[in-house]
Formats: sequence, C-alpha cells, structure tokens
Amino acid sequence: MPPPVISVSHLGKSYGSTVAVDDVCLEIHKGEIFGLIGPNGAGKTTTMECVEGLRKADRGTISVLGLDPRRDLAALQHRIGVQHQEAQLQKRIKVWEAIDLWSSLYPRVVDTEVLLARLGLEEKRNAKFMTLSGGQKQRLFIALAMIHDPEVLFLDELTTGLDPQARHAIWGLVKGIRERGKTVFLTTHLMEEAERLCDRVAIIDHGRLVEVGTPAELVERHCPERRVVFTSEGTDAAERLAGVPAVRSVVSEGCTHTLRGEGDDFVTHVINLIAREGIQVKGFRTEVPTLEDVFLKLTGHGVRD
Amino acid sequence: MLNGFWKLTWVEAKVFMREPMGFVIPLAMPVILFVLLGRSLSFGELESGSAVEVPFNLPILFALIIALQAVVSLVVIISIYREGGILKRLRATPLSPVTILSAHVFVKLAFTVVSLGLLVLAGRQFFPGAMDVQLPSFTAALLLSTLSILSLGFVIASLVPTSRFARPIVAAFLYPMVALSGLFFPIEQLPSPLQIVAWALPTTHAVALMQGIWDGSGWGAQWGSVVGLILVFGVCVGISTKVFRWE
Ligand SMILES: Nc1ncnc2c1ncn2[C@@H]1O[C@H](COP(=O)(O)OP(=O)(O)OP(=O)(O)O)[C@@H](O)[C@H]1O
Ligand SMILES: [Mg+2]
Repeated sequence: MPPPVISVSHLGKSYGSTVAVDDVCLEIHKGEIFGLIGPNGAGKTTTMECVEGLRKADRGTISVLGLDPRRDLAALQHRIGVQHQEAQLQKRIKVWEAIDLWSSLYPRVVDTEVLLARLGLEEKRNAKFMTLSGGQKQRLFIALAMIHDPEVLFLDELTTGLDPQARHAIWGLVKGIRERGKTVFLTTHLMEEAERLCDRVAIIDHGRLVEVGTPAELVERHCPERRVVFTSEGTDAAERLAGVPAVRSVVSEGCTHTLRGEGDDFVTHVINLIAREGIQVKGFRTEVPTLEDVFLKLTGHGVRD
Repeated sequence: MLNGFWKLTWVEAKVFMREPMGFVIPLAMPVILFVLLGRSLSFGELESGSAVEVPFNLPILFALIIALQAVVSLVVIISIYREGGILKRLRATPLSPVTILSAHVFVKLAFTVVSLGLLVLAGRQFFPGAMDVQLPSFTAALLLSTLSILSLGFVIASLVPTSRFARPIVAAFLYPMVALSGLFFPIEQLPSPLQIVAWALPTTHAVALMQGIWDGSGWGAQWGSVVGLILVFGVCVGISTKVFRWE
C-alpha cells in the first residue's frame, strides 16, 4: 500500500488552558474523501489548520504529501487547496478580481469559466464580494480553493449555509475531484453530507478521536438495530409477531406496530413472517439507523458551546 | 511571484479606491485644511518684499499629516483584514507573508505621493512663490519618512485588539508624536527625558529630514535623519516579524 497522503500522529494543541486537540492520530489515503465530524468546539478546525500548516501544533507529527506542513509550507501551498470556515475576502473586491488574483498565484490553473459556471457564479462576475449572499460567498471560496486543481483539498464546513441545489452541485464537484485521484479532507455538521460524500469519517469530541471508519461500518458497529414500522388493523398482529426470535421488541400504538431487531436479515425475517402469518398490512416501512444516530450516540445529545 | 505582488497591489489599490470615506476624504482633507490654514496665517504672502513669518513650516506639517494618515489607514485595514480572516485566507495561498504586507505598503506609498502632489498643486495655486521646493527630492524624503512610520504602524497593528478600536488606538499613538517632532518648538527646549523619547520617534527624524530638504540643504546634510529613519524602520520590522498576528 502506498504511504498515506496525510498522516497525523499524536497531534495535540491547547489554547491556554483549553485543550482543543488531544492525541489525534489519522491516516488519509490518496483518492479518499475523508470527513471529520464532531460537535461545535470539538477541535475540527484546529486539527485541520494544523495539518494545513497554518497553526502550530504543540505536540505530534504531521506529514502531508510527504512534507512537513510547518517547515515546507511554501512548497505545500502549491499542492493543497484550502477553504476556511470563517475567513472573508476584501469587502469591495469583485468576483472576477478574486478569481484573477488567485489564478495568478499558481503556475497551472483550471478553466475558471467552467469553474464559475459549475458553481453558478458566472452572473456574479462583476459583483463586489460584500454584495454576495452567504451561499454565493461560500461558493466563491470553494472556487478559489479548487482553482489550481490541488492534490489535496481541505474544506472546513463545506456546505454550511448553502441551499440544496448548491449543496448537490458541490457534492458533485467534490466527487469529481476524487475521480481524478485527488484527496479531500473535509469537516461538516451535516450527517447526510458525511454519509453520502465521505469514504471514511472520523468522529471527534472534546479534542479526542472517538471513532474512525466508513459510515456503514460505524452504523453497523454502534447502531445495529433495525426497525420495521407497519400498520395493520388486525388486533392480534403484534402478538403473532412477538414470539419470533429475530424480533427483540414490539411496541404498538393503535394500529401502528414497531418491531425492533438486529442484523442484515432482520427485515427479510419480518417480511417472511408477515407473509406466512397472512397478516393484512396497510402500511410498511423500515427504519435503518444513520450516521446521525451514531453521532448522537457517541457524542451525546447536549448542546455544545 | 512578482506577478502575484503586482496583482495583489493593484487589487488592493482598487479596493481602497472604491471606499469613498477611506479614499476621497483623506485625499481632500489635508489639501483643504492646508489652504484654509495657510490663508488665515497669511502663509507665503509677500509683504514689502519679504515673506510673512508663519510660526511653523506649514507644508512640512501637512506632509507629516499625509504620512500619518497613511499609517492610520494601514493599521485600520490590517486590523479589519485580520478580524475578517482575509489575512488568513491570503496566507493560505503561495503569496509570501512579506508580499501580502508589502502590497499594502506600496498602495499607501502611492497614495502618499498622490496626496503630496495635490498639496503642492494647491500650494502653488494659492501661495505662489512659497512652494518652490525640489519636488523629487522632497517626495523621496516624504516616502522614506512614511515608510519608517509605517513600520511602526505594523508594531502598533499587532497591539490593536479589534478593528473597532484600531483608529483611536493608532491615533493615540501617533498624533502626540507630532507635538514632539520639533515642528512647533525645538527639541532642545524639551525636558531631557522627553528629548530622548523624541529622538527615538520616526516623526522627529521625518520632520528634520523634510525640513532640511525643504530649506534646500542637500541629502548629505541630512544623513543623521536618514540614519534615524532607517534605524527605526529596521527595529520595527524586526519587532513586527516577532509580534505580528495573522489572526
Ligand atoms: N484561536 C483560538 N484561541 C483560543 N481558543 C480557541 C481558538 N481556536 C479555537 N479555540 C478553542 O478550541 C476549541 C476547538 O475549536 P475548533 O475551532 O477547533 O472547533 P470546531 O470543531 O472547528 O468547532 P465548530 O464546529 O464550531 O467549527 C474550542 O473550545 C475553541 O473555543
Ligand atoms: Mg470549525
């Protein structure tokens, strides 16, 4: 296996008495979309900016494309693209001026017309930055981060504040980047985004990594429960299903019955049983846990600062 | 990378010029004040063959004001850019830190030259005969002075907590320096501790240099002030590389 594109070992970073990142170890491979998810203040931005070389870690070693991000920052900056969570641009800079400036900084750039069109910004070419909407600003930042077709793209809060159209467009762009063998390291608060986009995710909480794996693995590991919810007017439907071994519990509210169980064949079992017992079913749906359930289970439900 | 420097400089200049309050007013204000004050003090008016004595050299005062304005504006811009994460975003590009900051310095110096040009034009219009200075030489003196005070501006910029306070803080640092600059009364009349302070300030050397050039003595006679300005520049750049904050 080739060496990882990004490797982080025992990263630690404190701000005064606040421990922002504590003993984080990560490996991200070429061609992977890797997502870092965690509650507010968990240490995502800090981790990412240490990896980008923009913050100095207190402890640990980091390597990106074989380079030390602090020591070889200048060399690295040609090969990575960075989208910051909250950084702005000059209020009165025009969209085309920003694109033009960024284009002049790299020896090789993508076709900016195509990029602007794909991000839906071509009509805003002459608009000043301050007049853009939040989502348009975000799209401009993403365009700037991708302008030199970087080998590794860092996207902090990729689609925060974007409408569904823009979100899907950006997911498409990011997947396109992966198809060309590039690596993407992103953070997000949208579990749907992490689940759809990321090959692997890491969950971070209070500066510590809690879990790493593919979204499906994490769901399997932490939330194996499956649910079948069906409606049936037959009064004894629930009792007839309760005795089956695969079914762990049955909760009935009027005509609606919720069956819980585990494993991949659980739903098949239930369908077979319903058919065998000849139960009249009016409605039927399955509930498979998602990354969001895993996330809440591992990081709790309390609101963070 | 030079390409990047000019691109960034040009962008910063355009962005700056799009700001009505930040551009037009600082450009017009010194000229208007210079003319009004000059008229009320009868600056440059010939009476029975000799120029009227004005208590201090008015053009030097306004040249210094132009330099200080540039510094205030730079500190305000830096603090806004820092607060908005603009510095951070630029820092994440291949632009070197020096390039990012030099672009601003360059814009400020260019602005200073334009301001001085307007001042001289107005002066020659309203006070004929009183503005016969070697313009290239005086411009060079003003630029060196501005550069030196700008370097101090970078040190002040790292002390400014938020952009809201940038203007009052930097004004509180800079404008008292005018009082000690030797423009209104000779440094030698100050109490000796204040004299030491005065000699450590770039404004003092700036006034001495510009006054000397204005009076027609060559650069050779002003080497002390030139060294003073360069020393301040060197020290402030050294401090800035240690204390400058990008976010
Ligand atoms: N520059 C800083 N100075 C002091 N403390 C900081 C600084 N940046 C972050 N912190 C603290 O470090 C911790 C981690 O912050 P970080 O920005 O990395 O979190 P995050 O996971 O990106 O959060 P969010 O989801 O809200 O963006 C927080 O407690 C935060 O208050
Ligand atoms: Mg963050």
